[in-house]
Amino acid sequence: MSEETNQDRRRFLGVGLGAAAASLAPGVVLYGVAQAKTDSEPASNKVRWGMLVDTTKCADNCDKCVSACATENGWDKHTGRAETRPQWMRKVTLKDKVTRRTTSLPMMCQHCEKPPCVDVCPTNASMKREDGIVLVDKHRCIGCRYCMMACPYKARSFVHEQVTDQKSYMPRGMGTVESCTFCVHRIDKGESPACVEACPEKAIVFGDMNNANSEISHRLRLFSTTQIRDDLRLNLGVRYEGI
Amino acid sequence: MPMRFLKQIRMTLGAMLSIALMGFALNLNADVPTPQIPKAVKGEQCVEETAFMRRNHMDLLDHQRDGTLRQGIRTKKHSLNGCLSCHVVKDSNNQAVTFQSEKHFCRSCHEYAAVKIDCFGCHKSTPDQSASSL
Repeated sequence: MSEETNQDRRRFLGVGLGAAAASLAPGVVLYGVAQAKTDSEPASNKVRWGMLVDTTKCADNCDKCVSACATENGWDKHTGRAETRPQWMRKVTLKDKVTRRTTSLPMMCQHCEKPPCVDVCPTNASMKREDGIVLVDKHRCIGCRYCMMACPYKARSFVHEQVTDQKSYMPRGMGTVESCTFCVHRIDKGESPACVEACPEKAIVFGDMNNANSEISHRLRLFSTTQIRDDLRLNLGVRYEGI
Repeated sequence: MPMRFLKQIRMTLGAMLSIALMGFALNLNADVPTPQIPKAVKGEQCVEETAFMRRNHMDLLDHQRDGTLRQGIRTKKHSLNGCLSCHVVKDSNNQAVTFQSEKHFCRSCHEYAAVKIDCFGCHKSTPDQSASSL
C-alpha cells in the first residue's frame, strides 16, 4: 500500500459515514461504519463486534489508547493504593528470544465468543450481550473474582476502594469486577471505542465482523491475523496483525 | 332486653374507641416529622403519575437497568439519569448535592422510610451536564 493510498484511507476513515465504498489497494475495498441501532432496539446477534489491532503500527512507547480508555471510563482518577490500580487495558511488549524482534500491543478483554468468565460466574453477572460484547452486570456481581481467575488474558480487575464521581454512563463501584466494555455506551450511539479514536497511527480497526462489507471483515479476509491463545478456541473478538 | 343493652354498650364503646383513635392519629401527624421531599426542578409532571411513581419507581428502575445493561435497550424515559436530572437539589453554591447530603432527593425519602439503597455505590448521584438536556 503506497503512502498516497494510506492518506486516502485516513481521509475516508475520518469521514467514516454511510455505506460509500472506497477502492484502495487492489482488492481492498473499505466501507463505512454500520448504522447505529435505535435507542429502543435491543442489541442483535446479527452483529458481532470485533477489533483488529495492527501491531506493526503500534509504537513501543505510546500508550494513548490506554489513557483514552481511562479518561473515557473514569478509571484514571485512582486514589487508592498503586497495587489496586484498575487495569482495563494495558500495553504489552513481546520479545522473540531467538530473533530479538519486539512487538508492542494493547491487551484487554478479548470479548470471546465462548467466554470462560461467563462459564464460571455463580450469579450470571458475567455475561455476553447478543452482539458479542462481554460485560459485568454489577447489579449481580458479588465480587467473588472467579471470572478473574478463569480469564486467560488477565483482562479483568477488581475495584478494591470506594469510587466517587464516576461517569454517568459507566458506573463503577467497590466490590465488583470490571473490564473493557468495548465502550458499549459509545457503540450504542454509533461511535467507535475511545481507544480506536485515540490511536495516532490508526492501528485499531473496529467494526462488525458479521458484516462482510465492514472494514474489519475485509482486513480479516485479506491479511493474516492472530487470536492470542487460539489453542483455547474461544473465537475472540479482538484479533492482532503482525505478531 | 339484655341483648339490646349489650348492643348499646358495644356501640358506645365503638364510638369512643374511634374518637380516641382519631385523636391518636391526629397526634401522630403532629408529632412525627414527614420527609421534606424536594420539588423537581423541571416540569410539573413526572414520567408517570406521582402516586404510581412513589409506589413503583423501584420496579421501573430495575426493569430499566436490566434492559439497558443486558440487552442494550437505551430508552431514556425511566432512566436513573433522568430521575437525577429533574430531581436535582442544589446547595448554597448552586452545586448539585450528592447522596452524601441529607438533602439529596432519593435520600430525603429513603432515610425516612428506612430503606437502604445501594444504587450510588456505583452510580453517580448527581446529573451529568449532558443529562440535564434529557
